[in-house]
Amino acid sequence: MSVRVLVPADSSALSVGADLVARAIQDEARKRGLEIELVRTGSRGLFWLEPLVETETPAGRVGYGPIAAGEVAGLFDAGFLNGAPHPAALGPVDDIPYLAKQQRLIFARCGVTDPLSLDDYRRHGGLRGLERALAMGPKATVEEVLASGLRGRGGAGFPTGIKWRTTAGVAADQKYVVCNADEGDSGTFADRMLMEGDPFLLIEGMTIAGVTVGATKGYVYIRSEYPHAFATFQRAIERARAGGLLGASVLGSGHAFDLEARLGAGAYICGEETSLLESLEGKRGQIRVKPPLPAIVGLFGKPTIINNVLSFASTPWILDHGAKAYAAYGVGRSLGSQPFQLAGNIRCGGLVELAFGVTLRELVDGFGGGTRNGRPIRAIQVGGPLGAYLPESLLDTPLDYESMAAAGGMLGHGGVVVFDDSVDMARQARFAMEFCAKESCGKCTPCRIGSTRGVETVDKIIAGHDRQKNVQLLRDLCEVMTDGSLCALGGLTPLPVLSALNHFREDFAKPPTRVAAE
Amino acid sequence: MSGQTAFDLDLAQTLIDRKRDIPGATLPILHDLQEQFGYIDDAVIPLIADVLNISRAETLGVITFYHDFRRSPAEGRVLKLCRAESCQSMGCEDLVSHLEHRHGVKVDDENRSGLHVETVYCLGNCALSPAALLDGAPIGRLDRDRIDAIVAAAQGKTQ
Repeated sequence: MSVRVLVPADSSALSVGADLVARAIQDEARKRGLEIELVRTGSRGLFWLEPLVETETPAGRVGYGPIAAGEVAGLFDAGFLNGAPHPAALGPVDDIPYLAKQQRLIFARCGVTDPLSLDDYRRHGGLRGLERALAMGPKATVEEVLASGLRGRGGAGFPTGIKWRTTAGVAADQKYVVCNADEGDSGTFADRMLMEGDPFLLIEGMTIAGVTVGATKGYVYIRSEYPHAFATFQRAIERARAGGLLGASVLGSGHAFDLEARLGAGAYICGEETSLLESLEGKRGQIRVKPPLPAIVGLFGKPTIINNVLSFASTPWILDHGAKAYAAYGVGRSLGSQPFQLAGNIRCGGLVELAFGVTLRELVDGFGGGTRNGRPIRAIQVGGPLGAYLPESLLDTPLDYESMAAAGGMLGHGGVVVFDDSVDMARQARFAMEFCAKESCGKCTPCRIGSTRGVETVDKIIAGHDRQKNVQLLRDLCEVMTDGSLCALGGLTPLPVLSALNHFREDFAKPPTRVAAE
Repeated sequence: MSGQTAFDLDLAQTLIDRKRDIPGATLPILHDLQEQFGYIDDAVIPLIADVLNISRAETLGVITFYHDFRRSPAEGRVLKLCRAESCQSMGCEDLVSHLEHRHGVKVDDENRSGLHVETVYCLGNCALSPAALLDGAPIGRLDRDRIDAIVAAAQGKTQ
């Protein structure tokens, strides 16, 4: 029997040469007359170990990483097909502490299975949630999602079950399910990993939503910066259709549901749900004023469930294991698991799925192992470009929606970006405003104009012009943007700006430097 | 990005007609056109407007709203360089100044070096920052040496 060797085809793994390694393994096996079965998986999310090669042995999966294509011959020499020792050997992959300490509900299969094999998906527990939803009916399914306490994983944290109940309760000739896969926050990659590594889970979650609220058509809006995720997901949709998961009768239930993947076009604002809907309709991605809520008047004017990738991907587990089991994870009103993403200047960057409530320190030190270059940590931005910069002193903050809000930040989509002591926080504050100016949809004045005035004001502070007055002006401007913007882009840009001002005041008081002209 | 061809109005019309009837067809059509020709030629604006029953102004408005759509062809290879926070923490701005000072390649600027470098914000490869996409192929842990090699290869390609 041939030995199974697994190499990720995740785009992060590809970015450090996984394709070259996979090819080298094929070539070397052929040269040596050895029969192997090479499977391209998603990533385990231990990115500092990529490309991570795994061998299936009688004692389980054994890992080797990071492996360069030039080291492949040496792997064969050492006998990696039998799980033999090698300088890059990691032992049983499931026992690597980074992985063993996690609570993987959503990402249980990612990196383990062949992402495009529906059989593999089923063998590893896939489709049980959908089967249960079909058996218990729409009403009970909505109740189950409500009872689980699942909140929107895109960043806003709105209870998913309430969205579903609202759309389920509206009578309409057509309803839609839309997945927000416009994961634009720097420091986040969980949606991408899932779409590349376990796409059937998202398809299953969206199908559950579809049959529950009575929608027959779903769209997945994937950002164009994710060409690999888009390609993989499109292939997964085709296979799901061929396997009877999508189509005129979902798993033979009589419910019709089909999916289509659509590509974004490089606009951060399209991660805002109403802007995404406009974009799907073929328009400029300008946000809509709410109400009406998309759950009632959404895509093409029809009732629409719009959720993040991870929200949909949580529902199969909830239905399979029950709301109670899900709600046993987490703290307070932040229930279930959150895939945190460790990024930036960090030694062991990757995906860490844990119940809410873990502290930032446990993540950054315990899992991340500190900065990549060994310098002290100075600031951590949690929650993407609209999240706060937290200083070392707030490292013990638990990561859940309420604690983060109390610390003056937000959890967002779970991205954690680490900066060392060389960071200039005045420049980071400037960038927050600059980013908002570049990505503003232009609909409301506080965001469109405020962000440009914000850049100018930070420039004046850096240049040493009337500092006290300009800092006050910047604070006033942040207040206007917070209270007067229509959506989270203008409304939350003040978070990184004010957190930089409040926690790193000294960076705004340095001897003036000339600001580089843009 | 893929096998691009010189702009051809008939082919453009064929591409537009292919997706005209899907709901919300504008972006899929624009992506197909850019995939085929490498940019969106202004000559397609009236064609799209006509087929989708929207005004030319609206069509232009959509094209200009999205950062992806290019209105003139890019020269040579395209490097999409991430300049968002995670990549900033790992020195992407140093790579930007290295490109300019060492190689004379300005980011987001037309140039004749055979390499067109564009700013993007996040490629979802943040655990391996700095990140980039070279003609669609992902690159992680980008550094000055790799930049030098990319510039050299791009110049070799155009000369």
